[in-house]
Amino acid sequence: MNAATPKIAVKDLSLAYSGTEVIHGITFDVRPNEILGIIGPARSGKTSLLRCLNRTIDFIAGARVAGEIRIDGADIRAVRDVHALRRTIGMVAPLPVGLPLSIYDNVAFAPRCAGLTRRADLDPLVERCLRQAALWDEVKDRLGSLGTALSGGQQQRLTIARALSHQPEILCLDEFSIAIDPVTTMRIEDVLRELRREITIILVTNLTHQARRLTDRTMFLWNGRIIELDRSDVIFSDQPSRQETLEYVNGIFG
Amino acid sequence: MAPNSSNGAVAPPRQARSRRSVWGERAIELLIYASGVSAIVFILAILFFILREAAPVLFSDRFSLTQFLFSTEWYPTSASNVRYGTLALSAGTLAVTVLAMVLAVPFGLGGAVFLSQFCGPRLRESLKIIIELLAAIPSVVWGFIGLTVMSRLIVTYTGAPVGVNVLNGGIILALMSVPIIVSIGEDALKAVPDSYIEAATAMGATRWQLVFRVLLPAARNGLLAAVLLGVGRAIGETMAVLMATGHAVQIPHGILDSVRTLTANIAAELGEAPAGSEHYQVLFLTGVLLFAITMLVNLAADLIIRGVRARK
Amino acid sequence: MNPVPVTSVQARFTRTPLVVRKERQQAAVRLVLLAMAVLMVLPLVAIVGHLVVQAWPALSWEFLVDVPRRGMTEGGIWPALVGTVYLVFISLAVSAPIGVLAAIYLNEYARDNWFTRAINLAVISLAGVPSIVHALFGLGAFVYAARFGYSILAASLTLAIMTLPVIIASTREALAAVPVAFREACWNVGATRWQTIRAIVLPNSISGILTGVILQVSRAAGETAPILFTGAVFFKAVQRGDLFPYRLTDQCMALSMHLYTVSTQVPNVREAIPWATAVVLLGAVLAVNAAAIALRVWLRNRKRW
Repeated sequence: MNAATPKIAVKDLSLAYSGTEVIHGITFDVRPNEILGIIGPARSGKTSLLRCLNRTIDFIAGARVAGEIRIDGADIRAVRDVHALRRTIGMVAPLPVGLPLSIYDNVAFAPRCAGLTRRADLDPLVERCLRQAALWDEVKDRLGSLGTALSGGQQQRLTIARALSHQPEILCLDEFSIAIDPVTTMRIEDVLRELRREITIILVTNLTHQARRLTDRTMFLWNGRIIELDRSDVIFSDQPSRQETLEYVNGIFG
Repeated sequence: MAPNSSNGAVAPPRQARSRRSVWGERAIELLIYASGVSAIVFILAILFFILREAAPVLFSDRFSLTQFLFSTEWYPTSASNVRYGTLALSAGTLAVTVLAMVLAVPFGLGGAVFLSQFCGPRLRESLKIIIELLAAIPSVVWGFIGLTVMSRLIVTYTGAPVGVNVLNGGIILALMSVPIIVSIGEDALKAVPDSYIEAATAMGATRWQLVFRVLLPAARNGLLAAVLLGVGRAIGETMAVLMATGHAVQIPHGILDSVRTLTANIAAELGEAPAGSEHYQVLFLTGVLLFAITMLVNLAADLIIRGVRARK
Repeated sequence: MNPVPVTSVQARFTRTPLVVRKERQQAAVRLVLLAMAVLMVLPLVAIVGHLVVQAWPALSWEFLVDVPRRGMTEGGIWPALVGTVYLVFISLAVSAPIGVLAAIYLNEYARDNWFTRAINLAVISLAGVPSIVHALFGLGAFVYAARFGYSILAASLTLAIMTLPVIIASTREALAAVPVAFREACWNVGATRWQTIRAIVLPNSISGILTGVILQVSRAAGETAPILFTGAVFFKAVQRGDLFPYRLTDQCMALSMHLYTVSTQVPNVREAIPWATAVVLLGAVLAVNAAAIALRVWLRNRKRW
């Protein structure tokens, strides 16, 4: 795999919910070890796009996907084991979801589903993921307590720990900071900067300053179409390629 | 796709579930799927087996469907002139059901309105529990009550010769149907969007006006479904009417007449009819008739309920 | 004394005659509806009270463990009690697993297509079948076609088909109460449907499922028609206090049928016996239901999210 092969290659992707098209034939690449930002107004198809990537779109009745998505060159629709595909991608949803299990079991859930059951293997994995999610210090003495009893910010970090527990190569975060406070957000942003050395990150966000801080390139998605995809310093400058980008970034609409 | 892990920790396998667990999962999912299909299998089986026992008489030359449905002469054991007319039985079912609904619907809907609008939460919880317990009373116990308590009351207060008649059966069935009407009716009223209620209250409507002019019309489909389900239960009820309505196979001329319903008739005569005999087959045919009637009523109710849900 | 002048704003908030009339109307309506509610509850209380009073002379421990004597005009109800327990146990052992699995299929696996709609229709139709038609089906299918003959087996299977649709409905409700967000979180980390169900959905809905099954216990115990022609019998000679008097192929006595028998088929029965039988049956049913309701309330306060 040479440096030129994109991590994710999306070609002519279209998505329709019960006949209504929400993504209209988009094409783009995600490069290895980059942080790609996706910005855009509400209902532009950002979350739907992520769902197409890890094929949880399959669970939505009436959803039709057309086009091609390749991860490391392999077509994701042709994989033999879709669950293995989902473990390749870590997904963090906007609202924190602690599973009604103990904190330990929350993080150990995915590896156990994948077949890893020995405590000797799980213990270091759980600790590592909780450390990576900047949550270890706060919960290390109560790993047996219920995950749903944590605060919102802690549950979001727990979700991130869960997303990392199956060693994904790609991490997708969908507006992860909506329900959490600025301090926790900053801590997680530091974590993301650390992680990008090993994995590729896609960051969907409505906070243009967050995208400006973190991302290498940014894609402006509006009404299911890519308006512009370029280096972040270009997108957020005074002179992006498209007028709409300038207007959105400066809050004139959206 | 090579997993790249740092710091030497064990990379969790992505495709390493044991063969046993994968096959175990497939087995369970097969059971789940089979159980899902079972509902269809069972309902078709019911129809099949009751038709099977009824078929010989249904397709015999002597049998006339019109006579079966529309003649009042039910003489299945006559030595010389066997006749199978179920009209009187249908009339019995109709009479008892209509009376029961006349009594149950006002109380049922009134109870539903009271519970949903005029009632504090504590009282509501207690009343709902009582209604649930009422609904749990077995039909044979209701029949027993009809046979003993209600019968004596009727004889005392109306001077009727016998206490087991349409009135008795109607009251008992009403008592049995009220819980269904109340609980489903209350669900229907609860389902009216809050925005309707807020808008009406903002315009100064009192509780009563709110109920009468906004809630009842808005919930009318759900309430209709509640009543239909009560009707379905009344038509299909066996033991209570067997014990409470008497044994006369006749078209009632007043509520103090004894009748027999379609359901009670099967229960009363099946034990006497030799297996495989014509009488036995006709009783099964009566069962087919009942199956059809209750199916129609319940499906109608379900269609209405789903129509309500779809519109929301 | 000059009255305090009312300002124009205050005047708008005082009660006009129209408002007073509306309030009186509303109070009247509330009274009427309250009276209706009381009218529903009062008969229940009166009936239960009357039953107990009439049954009192016969109610005793002896009544429960003794067998019927002298052509059922005296004695107790032990064989009927045991028979009902057998029937309930076996029928639920069949219908609960099938019902729960079917509900799991409908709520967790089924897609929105004609096949699913057919299954839903079948469940609703099953729920509406009159009990006597269940009896006819049991007779035709289990007693004759399957050659089980008149037996506990045939009667239990008939009862099982009868309780199945309600178990399916109540289980679905319990499953649907688990938030979708939990399932999505599991799918996102690559868990299969069954892994999600086993780890998250079932453990968090088992209480609601159990409540639904327990409620069907009382229903199975109270039904008469389905067992009348498939396995319940007028009289069976049984040892007093014997815990295992029946085999699967035997016919049995049952509490619900026994009530019907002693109140309509036995002349000269001792006055209090039918009442006492009714009280025992009613008491058992109400006790089981009350337990299920208490379980439901207790569980509602114990939710883990």
